[in-house]
Amino acid sequence: MKHVRITTAHQSITFSRRMMLLGGAQAAVGGLLIGRMGWLAIAQNQKYQLLSESNRVQLIPVPPRRGWIIDRAGKPIAINKASFRVDLIPQQIVNGPQVISELQRLMNLPPDEVDRITRELAASRGFQPVSVADNVPYEYYAAITVRLPDLPGVAASRGFTRFYPGGSTVGQLVGYVGAASAAEYEKENKNPLLLIPGVKIGKEGLEKALESTLRGEPGGQRVEVTARGKLVKELDPKPDRSGGTVQLTIDSELHEYAARRIGDQSAAVVVIDVASGDILAMPSMPSFDPNNFSDGISGNEWKQLSGDDHLPLVDKALESLYPSGSTIKPSMAMALLNAGVDRTQKVNCTGAFQLGNHTFHCDKRHGPVDMDAAVVHSCDVYFYSMCLRVGAEKLSPMIRSMGFGEKFDLPFDNQRYGTVPDPDWMMRKYHRKWQGYDTVNMSIGQGMVLINPLQLAVMASRLATGKRVVPRLLKNTPVVPQTQLAVDQDHLDFIRKAMWGVVDHGTAAGAKLPLDGIQMAGKTGTAQTHNLAAHERGDYTSATWKLRDHSLFMAFVPFDNPRYAAATIVEHGGFGAAVAAPLIRDTLTFLYDKPKAIAALQTFEQALGGTLEERLARKTGAWRSANGLPPAASKA
Amino acid sequence: MITSAIIPRPLAKLPWRLIFIVLGIAGFGLIVLYSAAGGSIRPWAVKQAIVFVGFLAIAIGMSWMKESTIKAIAFPLYGVTLVMLIGVEGLGFVSKGARRWLDLGPIRLQPSEFMKPAIVLTLARFYELVPAAEIRKWRAIWPALALLGVPAVLILVQPDLGTCIMVVLCGVTVMFLAGLPWWIFVGPLAAVGVAAPIVYSMMHGYQRKRIDVFLDPEGDPLGAGYHIAQSKIAIGSGGIWGKGFLHGSQSHLQYLPEGHTDFVFATMAEEWGLVGGVILICAFGAVINWGMRVSQNARTRFGQLAAAGLSATIFFYVSINLLMVMGLAPVVGVPLPLVSFGGSAVMTIMLCLGLLMALERQQRTVSRLI
Repeated sequence: MKHVRITTAHQSITFSRRMMLLGGAQAAVGGLLIGRMGWLAIAQNQKYQLLSESNRVQLIPVPPRRGWIIDRAGKPIAINKASFRVDLIPQQIVNGPQVISELQRLMNLPPDEVDRITRELAASRGFQPVSVADNVPYEYYAAITVRLPDLPGVAASRGFTRFYPGGSTVGQLVGYVGAASAAEYEKENKNPLLLIPGVKIGKEGLEKALESTLRGEPGGQRVEVTARGKLVKELDPKPDRSGGTVQLTIDSELHEYAARRIGDQSAAVVVIDVASGDILAMPSMPSFDPNNFSDGISGNEWKQLSGDDHLPLVDKALESLYPSGSTIKPSMAMALLNAGVDRTQKVNCTGAFQLGNHTFHCDKRHGPVDMDAAVVHSCDVYFYSMCLRVGAEKLSPMIRSMGFGEKFDLPFDNQRYGTVPDPDWMMRKYHRKWQGYDTVNMSIGQGMVLINPLQLAVMASRLATGKRVVPRLLKNTPVVPQTQLAVDQDHLDFIRKAMWGVVDHGTAAGAKLPLDGIQMAGKTGTAQTHNLAAHERGDYTSATWKLRDHSLFMAFVPFDNPRYAAATIVEHGGFGAAVAAPLIRDTLTFLYDKPKAIAALQTFEQALGGTLEERLARKTGAWRSANGLPPAASKA
Repeated sequence: MITSAIIPRPLAKLPWRLIFIVLGIAGFGLIVLYSAAGGSIRPWAVKQAIVFVGFLAIAIGMSWMKESTIKAIAFPLYGVTLVMLIGVEGLGFVSKGARRWLDLGPIRLQPSEFMKPAIVLTLARFYELVPAAEIRKWRAIWPALALLGVPAVLILVQPDLGTCIMVVLCGVTVMFLAGLPWWIFVGPLAAVGVAAPIVYSMMHGYQRKRIDVFLDPEGDPLGAGYHIAQSKIAIGSGGIWGKGFLHGSQSHLQYLPEGHTDFVFATMAEEWGLVGGVILICAFGAVINWGMRVSQNARTRFGQLAAAGLSATIFFYVSINLLMVMGLAPVVGVPLPLVSFGGSAVMTIMLCLGLLMALERQQRTVSRLI
């Protein structure tokens, strides 16, 4: 401390100086305040005006009605049904378990559903409503509505439910809809539409692939609301726009018929209009019922579906790959003719074929066979020997041009395309040289040959027309112009004749169309799934279902002026002629004579023990009792 | 001062310029409160008008007090206020989680409000008593620190951070003007820098949150940052000319919290824009400037220090509130005097103005010969 004697004069000077300082500081603060206010009100005015406006005006989204999916004749495949629904809003729930048990009492919810609701509630993110039930009967809806004040977090509303008249027969075709998950909400940049209870988006199949068309534009009621959410006044609304209707090339009656005719088998059927490439039917059975999926399915339903060895959750028409078996033979014969093989030349079939130290079998001893007989009676030895003579290099391109291994532009994101092998491919993929036995395997559609049922139907279409038929599913996509295939008309006529022979007096003679004047041409196939010994083949009852051969059939009608082509692959169906050919026969009969086909279906279903719905209900019941569960409550 | 033959002398001797400005500010405040209530004089404008008129009358009445009287009541006023502050701790009425109010039958008193002028008067009186030669001695410092520290701590634990800061700032201003050595002020500033993290860790949850939010208001715009965010939206969206009287959506739709009390300036700025804000700030500036001039013209040390301290009280009131409302300071709960709804702030400001008017009258009436 300085030893300066401080006087009153000093003090007075100090005071004035410090007063100046204080005054200056005060003025500086005043300047700062005015500057800051100017910055907020002038420089950032626009930003804050925007924020103020977004505070003031809230948009209550009005969900658009989802577009319909209709068949080629305009019949509904997926439509909307007015319904009542009940949801839980997690953020508003005070006592979750109590609310759920109250709802269970009021709505008579099965324990399965209670489990699902509890699970979804635990996983929810607060903003996302949990569906209690869609399609609620009016009495339940009314019962909930009067008790709403005592049930915080429960929301009862009117809305629309997706309805699929075809039920499980269209499951694999259309997929299903459901409430958006948290991940989907994030992916769409937190689209507020997805949070509205009852708004469903496509989850699988066409519903997912065509989402952008089907969804439509949400409208909105613009309202002025207070910070506490109280409505002050309504401003001009923004109208919603319903989703667009999508017309498919599917003939829903034929599709449903084929699906039912599949019976208890695990199979896919594809029917194509060869003139346009329109897919008329493409069921994959068994399937799930998309009506059950739209309000979320219970854990048990899911377990039953995913545990089923008939794979109801797989679209077998597009996603499953199988060896083509003998259905490859007409195309193979075409390739042989193209390579200059004389179709009258005979090969003696002794029932076995020796290549190196391995014996390849035929299913019987055909004796001397020419090309026609080899196709009609499906003689393997003929193809082994002829194909070896020509070589794989000349065969594979023809097989490919007929549709095997080809990618088609269809609105599904999970198609698989299979393989048609050749020596180059073998080197690329397996780094080994093509061997004689590879040709032998390929000649009868075994080994590396893998196809899906759609490709088989396309092959039938192309053999029927000699043109490059390209399948299409959406009615509004242009028909792909059909170019001529590089085949001789004479060869083509011969092959068609041979395929007619298959049904007339060959392997599929039991599957003639019960129609006057309309004859079918086709080819059976039996694809081995396991290497069974000769004595085990054909003895299907001894093998468990999983070890059985796949049963294939492709066909076109009428054989002399082809109009429709069809194909099916029945998983583990056994011999091609026994299961697959009659299935296609009845399906194609439906196109010409509905009463006759329907009568055939009734007989068929009676033998199985009831309609599809009855059998499904029984199957579910059996599964539930086998898993120690009470019978499922019937859905109202 | 108005010189006119018509107006009676006692009235003409009042500082009319100041009174007009104060009336202008308060009148503007009533208009804003009218709008904040959605275009109604209830529930705020009428009550506020009555309170204001009442305290204005008291202030004018106080202007006849003699400086010697003010001097004489300085220490007793301080003592009584301190006792009441202790009383609040024991008998206080808890409101919004803080113990600030003393319930005395019909009147509810917030003793911490009295402490603002009381600490100014007490310290002014104390430094008047300290001889000039002693001013840099320890003896001149510690009693002032004690006089200031005890009530500050009592107010802080209520807890009322805003008032505590104001009391400390008012006291420190008087000490600064009294001529205490610089290190007294620079030292603690440095110490605050060091101690801030420690104080922060000892704060109440809500106080700590307010500071967090001030440092990062965007971090929690819907939670604790809501006040500042909405206030800035209100001020910013007002633009230069404002949205017009009764057309502020932020306040009318209740997005702006406390739009009639602490954040009344935002309510005003939304409707009256930058123009209204600048006029209001300048009006307050004029009031404070008037007070500072009283201090400069004062002929006694007590008058100098007291007048400067009282003006500083008004200054801190206004500036802390505005800094807070514009997002330049943490939300500490200081109202905008004369404009915000609530009697306490009006009372404090009117007490200060009454005392300032009394001191000013002395300058004009008492002989220049001491």
